[in-house]
Amino acid sequence: MWNSLHQSSGSILVLIFCLFSSPLHAALDIEIFGGGASQIPIAIIPFAAEERLAQSVTAVVRSDLQRSGLFRMVDSVSSIPHEPSEIIYPDWQMRGVNAMVIGATRLLPNGQVEVRYRLMDIAKQQILISDMETVSVKQLRAVAHRMADSIYEKLTGDIGVFSTRIAYVAKQGERYALKVADADGFNARTAIEYTEPIISLAWSPDGTKIAYVSFENKKPVIHVQTLSTGERRAIARFRGSNSAPAWSPDGKKIAIVLSKKGGSQIFLINSDGSGLRRLTKSSSIDTEPNFSPDGKSIIFTSDRGGSPQIYRMAVAGSASRVAERLTFEGSYNVSPQYHHDGKNFIYIHRNDSQFNVAIQSLETRQVQLLTDSAFDESPSFAPNGKIILYATEIKGRGILAAVSSDGRTRQELSTQEGDIREPAWGPLPKWRRKF
Amino acid sequence: MRKILSIALVVLLSACANKTINPDGEEGNQANKGNMSGENTSGSPTVNPLVDPTNILSKRSIYFEFDEYVVSDKYKSMVLSHARHLRDNSNLNIRVQGNTDERGSREYNLALGQRRADSVKRVMTLAGTQDSQIESVSYGEEKPRAVGHNEASWTENRRVDIRYQGE
Repeated sequence: MWNSLHQSSGSILVLIFCLFSSPLHAALDIEIFGGGASQIPIAIIPFAAEERLAQSVTAVVRSDLQRSGLFRMVDSVSSIPHEPSEIIYPDWQMRGVNAMVIGATRLLPNGQVEVRYRLMDIAKQQILISDMETVSVKQLRAVAHRMADSIYEKLTGDIGVFSTRIAYVAKQGERYALKVADADGFNARTAIEYTEPIISLAWSPDGTKIAYVSFENKKPVIHVQTLSTGERRAIARFRGSNSAPAWSPDGKKIAIVLSKKGGSQIFLINSDGSGLRRLTKSSSIDTEPNFSPDGKSIIFTSDRGGSPQIYRMAVAGSASRVAERLTFEGSYNVSPQYHHDGKNFIYIHRNDSQFNVAIQSLETRQVQLLTDSAFDESPSFAPNGKIILYATEIKGRGILAAVSSDGRTRQELSTQEGDIREPAWGPLPKWRRKF
Repeated sequence: MRKILSIALVVLLSACANKTINPDGEEGNQANKGNMSGENTSGSPTVNPLVDPTNILSKRSIYFEFDEYVVSDKYKSMVLSHARHLRDNSNLNIRVQGNTDERGSREYNLALGQRRADSVKRVMTLAGTQDSQIESVSYGEEKPRAVGHNEASWTENRRVDIRYQGE
């Protein structure tokens, strides 16, 4: 039944990334392990005049695509084309290149940068994408991420997530900071800092707010913070403990866990803190709710069967003890999260004394273990469902890691200092939510 | 004289009210404890039973086995002493704070810590303490007293602490 993909770890390839930009913004270093069997060979040629820019565009595109595990980089040896007419196709075909990115940058008199690029099909000698953007120097990384998204989508048929953001908690000494960074770990900013713990980050579906649990009042209280303004409000500060916020897909409601009626039970509250309604009614622990993509059901952790397992119940109707048990392997399955297809979910499975990320099909109940580290927690899907971000530990220090949903590619993202935990992958930016 | 004493108490009380804003006064604060001794009917007005090491009320921690939440017999008399103290001093309030070791999901551990805190609260309310005097909350694995990654630390962290208001 267990389908671990790590037997092949003998042949695992380790690539250490040199991130090209200023270390000032490099909050996370990224290390990649493994890679898919069918990687697309691609050549990303440095753009004309790119060396004059403070921020290399192609370096970011390259690192984005490489991190996905779906591409193999082929370096240019002699020719450095910037226009389709400069490409010597037979040379590149002989080197097994399928796709090529070429382009040019131009510094405009007003300080803006014009970036032109093309994605070429080397076999068919065709232009697949031809695009141009004019941006400020500060936006060059963002342009590169958008470019990587387009290239990724064109070549894989899937949604690119390079323009998304992640949130996590960085603990340094007695300080806890809620950080929001680009998906590659750059541009990390502190949204709020406390001298008490912060846990359970949850992005609103539109990406404008983050709900979290803080302990500043000597007990767990749920806050919602607006990222653009920094404004925050306690949406659940009931008697007892308040925790485990999870947004409904329409962003109007938040499932929360309260102990005000005794035990830990799941409730539903409006995202402004009004209209409390109880969802579960059991004498056991019911916690870690997560909404299905259609918003009609939640999956959650409960120990009603004697050990913590994942259950599913409908959101409509009155508070109920009735729920369908979904996990049966092992005695500890927690922290569930739906895939955006609604057909699979991930969770943390305890295997002897190890805690690992598992993915399970709702239909076939087939389970696959995706990681084999000692202590993984807080798994969170990228909005394309292809990558899972989670927290793990190396030498007693918390770091972030990511694994592809087929278990083939893993990455570790570590900071220079402190301890990082509780990652949550943000939604697609608004302009791309047509998918 | 009595009047002067109670005025002094009010002053002390408001002094502590300000202090409680500080996050988690683990060490407690003496001004606050002084005021509690004054209200105590049983002993000398200068010794606060809550901090007197010879008094059982100075004992505040209840430990649990792995995955357990039932208050074991060896802590019953201590928990019941606090229950009586609260019953006799209806103006006092406490928080019982549940804790767990670091293994497993943070949210599930928060729920386990809550269950331990609820369990201590239940022993007290069954002994006649008013429900409104006790708030049970959980820190889960977030505020470990022992920070090691070993059995000794885990044992220390599977614990419920009793904190009187203002401490």
